[in-house]
Amino acid sequence: MLSFLNYLISGISLGSIYAIIALGYTMVYGIAKMLNFAHGDFIMVGGYAIFTCMITLGMNPFVSILIAMGVCLLIGVGTEKIAYKPLREAGSPLAVLITAIGVSYLLENLALLIFGSNPKSFTSVVSWSGLTLAGGQLRIQGVTIVTIVVSLAVLLVLQWFVHGTREGQAMLAVSQDRGAATLMGINVNHTITLTFAIGSALAAVAGALLCSAYPTLTPYTGAMPGIKAFVAAVLGGIGSIPGAMIGGIVLGVIEILARTYISSQLSDAIVFGILVVVLLVKPTGILGKNIQEKV
Amino acid sequence: MSQETTEKKPLLDVSNLSITFGGLRAVDGFQLQIQKGELYGLIGPNGAGKTTIFNMLTGVYKPNEGVILLDGQDITGHKTVEINRDGIARTFQNIRLFQDMPVIDNVKVGLQNQYHYSIAASIFHLGSYRKVEKEMDDAAMEFLKIFDLEKFRDYKAANLPYGQQRKLEIARAMATKPKLLLLDEPAAGMNPNETKELMDTIELIREKFGITILLIEHDMKLVSGICEKVTVLNFGRILRQGITKEVLRDPEVVKAYIGE
Repeated sequence: MLSFLNYLISGISLGSIYAIIALGYTMVYGIAKMLNFAHGDFIMVGGYAIFTCMITLGMNPFVSILIAMGVCLLIGVGTEKIAYKPLREAGSPLAVLITAIGVSYLLENLALLIFGSNPKSFTSVVSWSGLTLAGGQLRIQGVTIVTIVVSLAVLLVLQWFVHGTREGQAMLAVSQDRGAATLMGINVNHTITLTFAIGSALAAVAGALLCSAYPTLTPYTGAMPGIKAFVAAVLGGIGSIPGAMIGGIVLGVIEILARTYISSQLSDAIVFGILVVVLLVKPTGILGKNIQEKV
Repeated sequence: MSQETTEKKPLLDVSNLSITFGGLRAVDGFQLQIQKGELYGLIGPNGAGKTTIFNMLTGVYKPNEGVILLDGQDITGHKTVEINRDGIARTFQNIRLFQDMPVIDNVKVGLQNQYHYSIAASIFHLGSYRKVEKEMDDAAMEFLKIFDLEKFRDYKAANLPYGQQRKLEIARAMATKPKLLLLDEPAAGMNPNETKELMDTIELIREKFGITILLIEHDMKLVSGICEKVTVLNFGRILRQGITKEVLRDPEVVKAYIGE
């Protein structure tokens, strides 16, 4: 029983990381109506930025994360401006999608060029060792607790930002009807830039947490979590912020439990199998809206 | 304001406006002058080019030829965002509210450009954020009161009755402080009571804001009831233009609408 609880908690923790990544996917999809497949690699960029600041330059972990958020923000906004915006304005969603895949390879190979292919061993950004409960039988690592708390805080702040501020309302308006929003004087390009800025900065946070929990860093570190977070976003209902959170946690728990109780080799297959089942049963995801077609 | 000065300089002055889609000349040589404070109708059979004209006025389509002057300023070819800031707001033939947002937030989106605070202020909950949000709430409530929608303030826009959704769309457009309001078939799909209520609303906002309105409409009772002047469009060209009563009696106009 206690070991189950232990696995459940680490599932929630892994799921929280997926959730933070999924938030980036889902916000960009909701507002720019595009899938940014390079999003997973922003995590890796964040990871290397923290590695460079914290381990190579010996800076404070918290400052390192802030710098990494800045780096990811610049890369995210820059990618949007240089690679996505011209294609979006040319009205070609498929070209944007393919470009995103291209950006993903570009970032991975740049990291390979700069940092080499040897895995870097990462030191956790969380120095707290955690809690020991139930007379030493249940040990929860500090990074696990921090991950869950951080992701909940991110969710709450984002929900408030989107529903309670001018900029957030502009985002909602653009996601619901871009044309009408423009005609009400909302600058859609500005709104999309802001969305990329938020999503990319969150990717740096996800990078810090991911590399602390799984302390090896390679140029491909972000790829798999990025794809799983995409599955999480679809599972929760793409475009929905609480959906990304729920989808992420559900996915993390399933992955850890499947790895423990079924097979560690099959856990990824099970995760992607779930995507297939969800798409068959409820294509809009857990919190996704049913699109009613008007005839 | 004296009659002469307004006569000299129309609020909206459109000349020789044309657009071609493929080989089709959808609008050809359209011209229109609307004086400040006027309520002007744009009518014509389906496919005559009325909504295309609205789309050119709001920058959705770029005209191939022609000049659009708003208050003496050339706005031809401006982007839609700029056009709204120039002072034109519109509603849509098929209602395009922000369906999942509360009624009050729909109006607040319209208010956005008149209120500012920095992102930093909103993140750190500074005084300016709270003050401006409060001002926006108050201003939005004022609009809801004028349109008699205040009891719906927290409803999702999609859950409003049809007639109220139309009103909310006008309220949202008015919140952007336009000089010219474009209404695209505001009475479409309304029952006679709702149409009556709409006519009252339009009269009310003219009184309250002194707004100039250009509207597209098929409901002849509404057009002859409230529009001072009309332009009849047929196959992208102007068929007749002038005082509503005279134009609607014109045999050519009757023919275009009802046939021989």
